[in-house]
Amino acid sequence: MLRKIRVVLAAIFFTIITLLFLDFTGTIHTWFGWLAKIQFIPAVLALNAGIVIILIILTLVFGRIYCSVICPLGIFQDITSWINGRRGKKQKMRFSWSPAKSWLRYGILVLFIAALAAGIGSLAALLEPYSAYGRIVSNLFAPLYQWGNNLLAWLSERIDSYAFYSKDVWLKSIPTFIIAAATFAIIVTLAWRNGRTWCNTVCPVGTVLGWLSKYSLLSIRIDKDKCTSCSLCSKGCKASCIDFRNHAIDYSRCVACMDCIDTCTHGAISYTFRFRHKTPAAAGRADDKPDSRSNGRRNFLSTTALMATTAALNAQEKKVDGGLAVIEDRKIPERKTPIVPPGAASLRDFYRHCTACQLCVSVCPNDVLRPSGSIMRLMQPEMSYEKGYCRPECTKCSEVCPAGAILPISVADKSAMQIGHAVWIRKNCIVITDNVECGNCARHCPAGAIAMVPVRKRHRYRHGNMENEAEDQTPALKIPVIDTEKCIGCGACENLCPARPFSAIYVEGHEVHSEI
Amino acid sequence: MEKRTDNISRRDFFKTLAASGAAAAGLPACGRNRENGSGAEGTGEMTFRTNPNTGDKVSLLGFGMMRLPFIRGRKAEDGRGVIDQEEVNHLVDYAVEHGVNYFDTSPAYCQGMSEESTGIALSRYPRNKCFIATKLSNFSESTHSFEASRKMYLDSMKFLKTDYIDYYLLHSLSNLDDFNKRHIDNGMLDFLIEERKAGRIRNLGFSYHGHKEFFDYLMSVHDKYHWDFVQLQMNYLDWEYAAKIKSKNTNADYMYYELEKRNIPVVIMEPLLGGRLSKVPENIMKEFKEREPELSVASWAFRFVGSYPGVLTALSGMTRMEHLQDNLKTYSPLDPLTEDELGFLHHIAHLMMQYKTVPCNDCKYCMPCPYGIDIPGILMHYNKCINEGNLPTTSQDPEYRKARRAYLIGYDRSVPKLRQANRCTGCKQCIPHCPQGIDIPKELHRIDAYVEQLKQQTL
Repeated sequence: MLRKIRVVLAAIFFTIITLLFLDFTGTIHTWFGWLAKIQFIPAVLALNAGIVIILIILTLVFGRIYCSVICPLGIFQDITSWINGRRGKKQKMRFSWSPAKSWLRYGILVLFIAALAAGIGSLAALLEPYSAYGRIVSNLFAPLYQWGNNLLAWLSERIDSYAFYSKDVWLKSIPTFIIAAATFAIIVTLAWRNGRTWCNTVCPVGTVLGWLSKYSLLSIRIDKDKCTSCSLCSKGCKASCIDFRNHAIDYSRCVACMDCIDTCTHGAISYTFRFRHKTPAAAGRADDKPDSRSNGRRNFLSTTALMATTAALNAQEKKVDGGLAVIEDRKIPERKTPIVPPGAASLRDFYRHCTACQLCVSVCPNDVLRPSGSIMRLMQPEMSYEKGYCRPECTKCSEVCPAGAILPISVADKSAMQIGHAVWIRKNCIVITDNVECGNCARHCPAGAIAMVPVRKRHRYRHGNMENEAEDQTPALKIPVIDTEKCIGCGACENLCPARPFSAIYVEGHEVHSEI
Repeated sequence: MEKRTDNISRRDFFKTLAASGAAAAGLPACGRNRENGSGAEGTGEMTFRTNPNTGDKVSLLGFGMMRLPFIRGRKAEDGRGVIDQEEVNHLVDYAVEHGVNYFDTSPAYCQGMSEESTGIALSRYPRNKCFIATKLSNFSESTHSFEASRKMYLDSMKFLKTDYIDYYLLHSLSNLDDFNKRHIDNGMLDFLIEERKAGRIRNLGFSYHGHKEFFDYLMSVHDKYHWDFVQLQMNYLDWEYAAKIKSKNTNADYMYYELEKRNIPVVIMEPLLGGRLSKVPENIMKEFKEREPELSVASWAFRFVGSYPGVLTALSGMTRMEHLQDNLKTYSPLDPLTEDELGFLHHIAHLMMQYKTVPCNDCKYCMPCPYGIDIPGILMHYNKCINEGNLPTTSQDPEYRKARRAYLIGYDRSVPKLRQANRCTGCKQCIPHCPQGIDIPKELHRIDAYVEQLKQQTL
């Protein structure tokens, strides 16, 4: 019964959290956005004391049910492991007791905390379970979901319905894709073979909660009198935490999945109040697993690299399709300072809080956010305006961020939040190069920060020559000038600029955002 | 197979029936007797008109080669577009089989591929089977010289695989200045008149998009040049409202009667305004169907122009077989409008003027936009939304949410994001190309501002 409750709850949580990363219309977030906000590390980073205290109390009362019900990566491993178990009795009962590798667990936890403290968010993000799962979904599953959606959109277009609209599917960052694919492979391999290995050796959240659950009020207990030492419970325990010979359970690794209660044919196992706690004997015995794992990972990286390149080619082919005069692809300008969304307050705050879960990247309807490829900010999102710009009516990323990296912001506040400023590049501007009227940037600036002024033909080029004074140029063409005091850095000008491959106007980020 | 034999027997039947006169032209319809379960085809022989100058018997339906089918349709038109020649041949065969014998093309149509395609399709028939019309489309500055214009004329013959042209037009005259530059100063018109004397041009005329004064001027020089025919944009909307829609244009009724006075045959272009007179708002569609449930909305437009006896042929750019079949049905034979029906169309035209659609006929003369904008695509989506009532003017509109969704999603579907109105630079290079005189950048910016309001929900 307890197991069934756990399974049902886990299924519901898992489905909805996955949908949070898949649904690009924002419908699910309205109702279930809080599911991302109750994740442990994001709540810690958001300094959300209420949530953290509740999770700690939950663990102190029930044990690590967080790992079994709330953590999507944990449930994902359970599903993988369960699929393997479905193949037969032998596979189902493939586990055995193994002692905890405490040095590894605490070592990684220390490393994780150090990385967070040092502000190397992307290293911490590699280990953080919720973001690892987010990256897997947004990189590997979301494209499938979107292609499915596009098929529906295609069909609904045929029957003249507006129920579905198609979504551009593109590879947002190759390194992040590779990391997500590698994480996916490692997690699946580990879970397929040994259940919760990752949770109980690597995961820093697992280590912290495991330490807490040693003192939990309720716990799994083996009744020595009823137990016949048949070993079934140990063989069925995906956490490898039941030592049937000593009738002992390693509570730091038990995820309270309740499987063993059903497995035991003698009714010797129950979930009850604990009156005294025992410390399980921990013996260090290295096995050969890590070796084979790293081998597997190497194979994997090469295959994912291959997949990544084909995906990039597809994305490019798609863009050439349709239309009339050929439109060159936009290239990303080299920005001295990265741009992060309004609500982030500053680059430093943003990178300290962000766990790179990709939730904001998944919901950005304008394809502005994408994971960074820079080594220090790897996988953490940044903005760029090749595909769209940060539209004035949208505050989606600030609504969904669970880690407090992007704080909630209103549409009105956003319209006055300077996240960067536009820079005009003379040599790209079509007014200069094609000698035509334009002003598309000024026409679309939501802040009214761009004005058009007549070109004065007295510009001195670098080599010292003066440009020829064009004889009575009939109505002088106008070029854009930027009032950086008003510019908010939304990128409308950069995105809508007709110059290609580089825009004649682009946005430089601000290290600290400021209000006008 | 079965259908084919059926067709033939029926055609034979009507041949005997109409034996009394191939000059069934202008005769009131021999009734709308339907002798089988299909309503897709005409009930008899095509109506023909006689050219008073040459005695040519021209089919009232002319085939316009401006909207030829492309492989993969509209979305393929990015300079890599390929005309679906197999389909063109199929359409031409079907048209010829049903009496169509006038084919109108131009060196400018279909990214310059129309003439060659027409040549391929028509060269499969004896040369005297069909009348070929093409034009001197020397719009671009680089073709204003005599040599370049003459080359264009000679190339037309080469592409059309012929050594004479039945109907040759000075393409889209619009003002005196332009006319002088393109045809007078370079001596091109004199040359063409010589060619007419030599028999390589059988009829010389022009197509017109411009104001009344210049039209009067062209009429005044009729004695000098002797226009054999004139091509007009005529339909029940432009009949009395052309100048009202765009002040640079002239009402068709004025021009038609001026030409009739001088006994100059008239060729009709845009009888359907690029489909704007067939894709009409629902309430107008209902009015049409209430009067004649079995007739298409488009057929009214064709009957309108056909009802004027000075009309030699009405051109229709038929991209699809259904268009061709429907038009054949309308003109085989023509059932002229009654006084009452004319009054009805007058009323319809009045109704249509209430809709603020952009008068774009999708002729694509403005294309390609150097910055990649799909101008006709944007304007047609806008018109479509007006006609379907999906253009909310306020968020209080009870249908606002539905209409907003339809406009925005439909916009992305019909025009790729990078080719939408918000990309228009306002460089104005398109303006002189538009025969309808639309201020394209202004319209695009207006539509863009509207889309912005929809997106930001600030209506």
